[in-house]
Amino acid sequence: MLVLIGILIIIAGFVLRFNPLLVIMASALPTGLAAGLDVAAIIAAFGKAFNDTRYVSIIWIVLPVIGLLEAYGLQQHARTLIGRMKGATLGRLLTGYLLLRQSMAAVGLTSVAGHAQTVRPLVAPMAEAAAEAANPALTDEQREEIKAQSAATDNIGLFFGEDIFLAIGSILLMKGVLEGYGYQIEPLHFSLWAIPTAIAAFLIHGFRLRRLDRRMAAKTEAAA
Amino acid sequence: MITLGFVYVLAGLTFALFAVLGAMDRSNPKRFGNAAFWGLLALSMLGGDTLGDFGNGLLVLALVAIAGTGQIGRAPSGDVPADVQAERAAKHGPFLLLVALIIPAAALAGTFLFKWLPGLADPKQATLISLAIGVLIALAVGMARLKPPLLLPAQQGRRLLDAVGWAAILPQMLASLGAVFALAGVGEIVGQLIGTAIPQGSLFGAVLAFGLGMALFTMVMGNAFAAFPVMLAAVGMPLLIKQYGGDPAVVAAIGMLAGFCGTLMTPMAANFNLVPAALLELKNPYGVIKAQIGTALPLLAVNIVFIWLFAF
Repeated sequence: MLVLIGILIIIAGFVLRFNPLLVIMASALPTGLAAGLDVAAIIAAFGKAFNDTRYVSIIWIVLPVIGLLEAYGLQQHARTLIGRMKGATLGRLLTGYLLLRQSMAAVGLTSVAGHAQTVRPLVAPMAEAAAEAANPALTDEQREEIKAQSAATDNIGLFFGEDIFLAIGSILLMKGVLEGYGYQIEPLHFSLWAIPTAIAAFLIHGFRLRRLDRRMAAKTEAAA
Repeated sequence: MITLGFVYVLAGLTFALFAVLGAMDRSNPKRFGNAAFWGLLALSMLGGDTLGDFGNGLLVLALVAIAGTGQIGRAPSGDVPADVQAERAAKHGPFLLLVALIIPAAALAGTFLFKWLPGLADPKQATLISLAIGVLIALAVGMARLKPPLLLPAQQGRRLLDAVGWAAILPQMLASLGAVFALAGVGEIVGQLIGTAIPQGSLFGAVLAFGLGMALFTMVMGNAFAAFPVMLAAVGMPLLIKQYGGDPAVVAAIGMLAGFCGTLMTPMAANFNLVPAALLELKNPYGVIKAQIGTALPLLAVNIVFIWLFAF
């Protein structure tokens, strides 16, 4: 039971907002000690695992390409594409963004959009504007909910799109862990099995966005 | 034959270039910290196999020391002005999207190509090798048409990585922590605890425990990456895969997505849940989590049913 101390340290470390890398090392050492390893053995075990899982970090080699494309306006172009969607209500706009975010993440374009790049400057103001068109007297609470739902839509689109991409970190991790048990599985198999959940996520969140839209519309009628 | 070693060399050279450019960036007060951090990562990629386990461990300790004492940071700015970007986007927009799509297209195409033409590349690593080749093709195509200054892609790439900062190695660190947990038998103990809650001989009970365990443990750790190796060792491998003969690809893939449902519901995943609340100036710091729970809970239930339906 003593080896569970590492889990407690992780929780405490995150709650107290220490640097996560420090927290991870602070968790690994006592866990190893509690399991009867000496310090040198723990350092070696961590080093071996770090070396064996290097493929998790090779995804960053795409950054020079993304950096080049962004310097030439890839983000602006993506915004133009989103801006061309006409006749968008709040629900349709966010559902459209959900689909776009899921599709982009599914082909590995995870950092084309995000909270800083698209949600704050683009999606949230557009969502607020779309809701305002239907209900000019939005309360502060409603505005807050619309903004929060814009960020939520980004996360849900990202999480349940990215695992369809073959070379995302989580797929490489699954591959690595299962290899440790002697199962050789190609990344494509993990990708394919992410598709049913991606569809379910789109249906569930899309349904909620439609209800959000109707809720705002209902309040408009009540106000009028 | 092309192996994963080729990709590690490419990554190592990329990080080494980032380190050199970082050291030369006088606008960043922490430039030497950044240079040391990316330089060590370059060393890991290029020479990790010759450093030995203890040597790699010391390398990790050095990375943690640099990041943990706040020695890395980013230059104040250097963004291409928005109006210049907009002007360029109007001119090159569709081409940019095309180049961006080369990388995933190459990863997908190469995965199949290297299967059909054996001997060209290590078939077990076909996707990663294709991805790296896709990066080289995209870079060549982009450079040929846009004709930017030679070092622009490396400089912009470095700035993007500096913005991510130490979090760039967080997934690899958590994967390594998972390995230490596994060595210490944490999975077995968590598994025993969960095992006492699983009805004996109930397949659905075991699936339920795995799915809920992934979500709960992800909420605790703030990251499904850390929960995955533990829950797989505790329930997924011994019960679902070994005892009940479940398809390991399904158990792993959908189990991971059950964990992602947990990520939507925890403040531990600060970059997804707390940062945007601050960025959007919400009054409630948990406003984004609140907005997500209504999707996360039903989706978790769907994932559990999916594992039960598809893996067996």
